Amino acid sequence: MSIKLASERHPETGQTSREDSPLAVRGMTVSYGQKPAVFSVDMTVEPGKMTAIIGPNGAGKSTLLKAALGIHKPLAGTTTVFGKPVGAQRHRIAYVPQRASVDWDFPTRVIDVVLMGLYPQLGLLGRVRPAHRARAEDCLTRVGMEDFASRQIGQLSGGQQQRVFLARALAQDADLYLLDEPFAGVDAATEKAIISVLKSLRDAGKTVVAVHHDLSTVTDYFDNVFLINTRRIAEGPVKTTFVTANLQDAYGGRLAGAQMEALALS
Amino acid sequence: MIRDALLLQLGYNATLVTLGATLLGMAAGVGGTFLFLRKRALVSDAISHATLPGVALAFMVMVTLGGTGRNLVGLLTGAALSAAVGLLLVSWLGTRTRLAEDAAIGSVLSVFFGFGIVLLTVIQTMSAGQQAGLEGFLLGSTAGMLRSDAMVIAVSAALTLALVMLMRRPLTLASFDPEYAVSIGQDVRRTDLAMMGLVLAVTVVGLKIVGLILIVALLIIPPVTARFWTERTDHVVMISGAVGGLSAYVGAALSAAIPAVPTGPIIVLVGFALFALSLLVAPGRGVVSALARHRTHQRRVHLRQGLLAMAQGQPIYENMTLRLLHRQGWARPDGVPTELGRGRAARALRDESRWRVIRSDPAFEAATAQDDGLTDIETVLTADQLAEVDARIPRAEVVA
Repeated sequence: MSIKLASERHPETGQTSREDSPLAVRGMTVSYGQKPAVFSVDMTVEPGKMTAIIGPNGAGKSTLLKAALGIHKPLAGTTTVFGKPVGAQRHRIAYVPQRASVDWDFPTRVIDVVLMGLYPQLGLLGRVRPAHRARAEDCLTRVGMEDFASRQIGQLSGGQQQRVFLARALAQDADLYLLDEPFAGVDAATEKAIISVLKSLRDAGKTVVAVHHDLSTVTDYFDNVFLINTRRIAEGPVKTTFVTANLQDAYGGRLAGAQMEALALS
Repeated sequence: MIRDALLLQLGYNATLVTLGATLLGMAAGVGGTFLFLRKRALVSDAISHATLPGVALAFMVMVTLGGTGRNLVGLLTGAALSAAVGLLLVSWLGTRTRLAEDAAIGSVLSVFFGFGIVLLTVIQTMSAGQQAGLEGFLLGSTAGMLRSDAMVIAVSAALTLALVMLMRRPLTLASFDPEYAVSIGQDVRRTDLAMMGLVLAVTVVGLKIVGLILIVALLIIPPVTARFWTERTDHVVMISGAVGGLSAYVGAALSAAIPAVPTGPIIVLVGFALFALSLLVAPGRGVVSALARHRTHQRRVHLRQGLLAMAQGQPIYENMTLRLLHRQGWARPDGVPTELGRGRAARALRDESRWRVIRSDPAFEAATAQDDGLTDIETVLTADQLAEVDARIPRAEVVA
C-alpha cells in the first residue's frame, strides 16, 4: 500500500524506467526507533551519469544508500539494480563507505585493503596471484597511491584513506559505484584526484552515485541531483533540478535566500 | 625437573596434558584473534561463565537417568548448550533492547555464573554429588585427563584451525569493514555466528584444562600479544596461535613439574609474561621502542629548530637546543654558530624552501608525506628532482 502511495505522489517523469535504472528504489522507509529517517522514498538513478544525493544533515542521505544496499534493514521498500533484486547484482556494485566507519589501526596494509575488492573473485581459498596483485597496484596508481602499497593503513592521512577505499572499489570493476560522502574531510588534492577518477568512470559508461554535502561543487561535479529531506524532494538533471525552489524545500530555513541564489542555477 | 617436563619426560599423563594444552592454546589463540579484531573480546567472558549452569544441569540429568554423572562428553554438551543460550541472550539484549553490549555481557555473565554456583551447591547435597568434582571446571583440573579427552581436544583444535583458514577472508572483512562486507554480498551475521561458534567450541573444550574463569585469557592474551609484532592480519593469526600454543606448553609443563600448582593459572601467567615482554620490547609498537623513537624525534626537532633559528639570526632560548647544538659542534655553548654550524644552518633553510615547493605540487605527494620538517630532502628526492625543485625556488629565497 505504501509503495503505491509513494509512486502516486512522485510519478516518474524522466525517461529512465525501473528496468533500465542501475539503481531504483521504491517506497523505501527506514526508521531508527519510532522516527523515520527515510520515509517512502522513490529514486530512479539514470545510467551512465553522476548523481549527487544532497540534503541537510540528518536528512537520511547515507541511510538511503545503506538501506538500498541492505546494510540497514528498511521497514518497507524494494531496491532493484539494473532491473533485478539487489541481492542478485552484488557483483555489479562497488560501495565506498564513509572513511570514519572503520578502525584505521586495524593490522593491514594498503595493498591488502585494495585486494579486499577482489575477494568476491578470489572466493574463500583462491590464491592471490601476481595478476591479482598487479591489478590492485594498478587501481592504486589510478588514485595516485602506488607509492603507499606496503604502508600500514594507520599511517595514512584522511584523504589518502579515502583514496585507498576508492581503489578497493575500482578493483571490483563494477558497473554501479555508490559512495558515501567521498569528499568529507579530505584535502584539495584528494578531492581533485577522486573527482577525476569518478568522471573517468562515468565517461567509460559506469554509473556513479555519491552522497554529497558541499553544495558549492554540485554543478561542477555532477550531472544529476537527488534532493532528500527524509522524503524525496526532487530528482533530475542539475540544470533543471538544482534550483532555488527545490533547495528551499530541502533545506528550509537552513540556507539563507542569498546563499541559495548564489548556488542554484535559477 | 622443569627441564624434564619441558622435554615431555614426566610420564604418560603429564605428556598427555602438555600436548593437549598446547593444541588448545593454539586453537584458542587463532580462534580468539578475530574476536579481538572485531572488538568483541569480552563476549568470550560471557560465553565461558554461561557454561556453568549447563555443566551442573547435565550432571543432574545424567544422575537422574541413573549414571554417575561424570561422563565428559555429557557435561561438555550441557556446557555448550547453556553457553549458546547465554550468547544468544547477549546478542539479543545488544540488538533488540537499548542495552549496550558491555552491559548485556555483564548481566548475562553474572546471572549465569550465579545460577551455576547455586546449582553446584544443590549438587553438593545430592548423594552422588559429593565426589562429582565439578569444581574442577572453575579453574581446570588436569589430574585425571584421559587419552580420549586429549583426542577430543586435538580434534577440536584441528577443526578450529581449519575453519579459521577457510573463513579467513570473510572474518577479516567482517572485522575490518562490516558494511563493505554486506555490500559485496557477505552475510556478516552468519560470519559472526561462525566466529562465536568457534569461540564457544574452544571454550567448552578448554573447560577441563584451564577452567571457565580463565579460558578468556587464553582467547584474548595471545592476539593482543601478537598485535605488537606485526601490521598484517594473517600474521597476527599465526603469531597468536604460536603464542597461545607456547604459553600452554610451558605452563602445562611447569605445573607438571611443580607439585600442587594448578595448570590453568600457570598457563595464563606464562601468556602474560609473553605479553609483558612484547609490550616492552616489540619493535614499532613496544613501549621501549616508542620511547626511543620519541627521544630521537625530540632531539631532531631541537636540532632542526636550532639550525633554523641560527640561519635566521634569531636567539635560542631552550637549554636542550643549546646543549644539543654544542654537542654536534654546530654552536658554542652561548649559542653562537661555529663555521660548521653556519653551513648546516644554511642547508636547513634551503631545505625549508625546497619543501615549500614540494608541498604545493601534488605530483610530489609521496615525498610530501615524508615531510616532517626534519628529514633531509636528499633522502627523499633524486638529484634530478632536486634540480627541478631548486629551479622553482623564488630568487630572493636562494641561499648560496
